[in-house]
Amino acid sequence: MAGKNKKFILEFEKPVIELEKKIQEMRDHAASSGIKLGGDIKRLETKAKELRKQIFSNLSRWQRVQLARHPMRPYSLDYIERICSYFEEFHGDRLFADDKAIVAGIGMIDEFSVVILGQQKGRGTKQNLYRNFGMPNPEGYRKALRLMRFAAKFNKPIITLIDTPGAYPGIGAEERGQAEAIARNLFEMSHFPVPIINVIIGEGASGGALGIGVGDRILMLENGWYSVISPEGCAAILWRDAANASKAADAMKVTAPDLVDLKIIDEIVKEPVGGSHEDYDLAADYVKKAILKHLKQLVKIPADKLIEQRIEKFSKMGAWVE
Amino acid sequence: MDWFKRKKESLKPIQKKELPDGLWIKCDGCGEIIFKKELEKKFYVCPHCDMHMRVGNDVYISVLLDKGSFREFNKNIKSADPLEFTDFKHYSDRYKATVKKTGINEAVVTGTGSLDKHKVVVAIMDFRFLGGSMGSVVGEKIARAIDKALKLKCPLIIVSSSGGARMHEGVLSLMQLAKTSAKLAQLAKMGIPYISILTNPTTGGTTASFAMLGDVHIAEPGALIGFAGPRVIKQTIGQDLPKGFQRSEFVQEHGFLDLIVHRHELKERISKILSFLESKN
Ligand SMILES: [Zn+2]
Repeated sequence: MAGKNKKFILEFEKPVIELEKKIQEMRDHAASSGIKLGGDIKRLETKAKELRKQIFSNLSRWQRVQLARHPMRPYSLDYIERICSYFEEFHGDRLFADDKAIVAGIGMIDEFSVVILGQQKGRGTKQNLYRNFGMPNPEGYRKALRLMRFAAKFNKPIITLIDTPGAYPGIGAEERGQAEAIARNLFEMSHFPVPIINVIIGEGASGGALGIGVGDRILMLENGWYSVISPEGCAAILWRDAANASKAADAMKVTAPDLVDLKIIDEIVKEPVGGSHEDYDLAADYVKKAILKHLKQLVKIPADKLIEQRIEKFSKMGAWVE
Repeated sequence: MDWFKRKKESLKPIQKKELPDGLWIKCDGCGEIIFKKELEKKFYVCPHCDMHMRVGNDVYISVLLDKGSFREFNKNIKSADPLEFTDFKHYSDRYKATVKKTGINEAVVTGTGSLDKHKVVVAIMDFRFLGGSMGSVVGEKIARAIDKALKLKCPLIIVSSSGGARMHEGVLSLMQLAKTSAKLAQLAKMGIPYISILTNPTTGGTTASFAMLGDVHIAEPGALIGFAGPRVIKQTIGQDLPKGFQRSEFVQEHGFLDLIVHRHELKERISKILSFLESKN
């Protein structure tokens, strides 16, 4: 599994990693010298497990943001290939191009035929450039819109997987109407007569995330983050120093538990201990179960009621006094 | 991504140069010193270089609506500071200070009025209030303005002037994009016209929601209109931006604006469009 050969270690994981290294050394030593260390090894293994649990049950907001960006974290296609028994990727917005930062297609999740789409990051420099670091251009949002209209036409529920550091801020993106593309999706997603489930699987940065994030249920992985701007972006402006990202993450309350408190998301989806990158299959299984649970409820609701409830859901969001 | 970056630098001129308490104002466009009374009469369009200076909601009320016809609603909705947000200052203190300084309660003013005798619902943003940023209150007031237009069955006009969504309310600000867009979809379904007026600047979450969802898009000349702020784009791509990038004329050339209209002609041109829409075949 991915976790076994990961090269990337986060600062706060280090105590566990060091302990695990020590255990391995003891095993090697026991094997080569013939000295029995079984009891000691077992004791340390228990300790390592405890330590991991302890670290990961007390994560700060900024630590969760780092997990959400872990280079070995599963991305949309990693989930799609594990969740769907059948998947055919469809390409292009039929207007300009095929944006590789958004993948979209038709698929089966158990007995449900759905349209499933999401932002797609790449692993390694080459893949990251190909995927534009998961930052869509307008054609990405328009591809998503095309496939969602397709879903509405053929009465298929829509599943969107959100994982982006933001919509791409480039010249071409502005020329082709990045803002209009996102706005159009918000406008139309509010009224599609089919169930829509949004799952924040990693990063949910601003309008670029929301551009595929309007639905009947919003689910979020335990270590995802979702806010109006990245913690670094917020820190750079309000603290005049991106190094204060950790403070900004706290101030903006960007994690899944925060978003439950703020009445934005409907459910936190559990991750394997240590984060989703530790076990792709298990992570995907958790996501699949959560999607199915809500899908089973949503398909029973008549379309007009569904739309009414969706608009009501977003109308309630926010906090004000009068 | 972080369209707020621009906000800070453009906050200053509005306070120091464009809306001063003094008798004279220096034009940022041509550097001419102009008598304030004269500028007021011209709705803050420079008589020398035609630059459209940034103005508050009160000026747009005069520009667009028949004298004395404006009736504000939902004036007293205020932020609940849901995150208890603090950077160097508490957001709640900053908010109170802004109310006191600007004399307005939020970054948007909503109400009914008549435009050349056409009954309309208007929502006018105001950059003086925390950079015209959209938080829960702006989203809610605009949503209610849309409800009012639905109820009265009369056209909606939104004047945008905004750096985007408000950071101090985090994800709740972001959700206002979805809220206002969903409401506009309801309005569209009922066939009620919505005219979006984009002024300098209209960027970030404001552009990525209601400002780009009009039946008619009208911009003032030379307004900065875009998703990402120019500085962010420049930083990201590491090259200079083309001349006139993200200005009204550029945005129209790329297909996202119906009209660019001089501030002095706004009322008349909109009135004609409303008459056209009301005419029966
Ligand atoms: Zn001038």
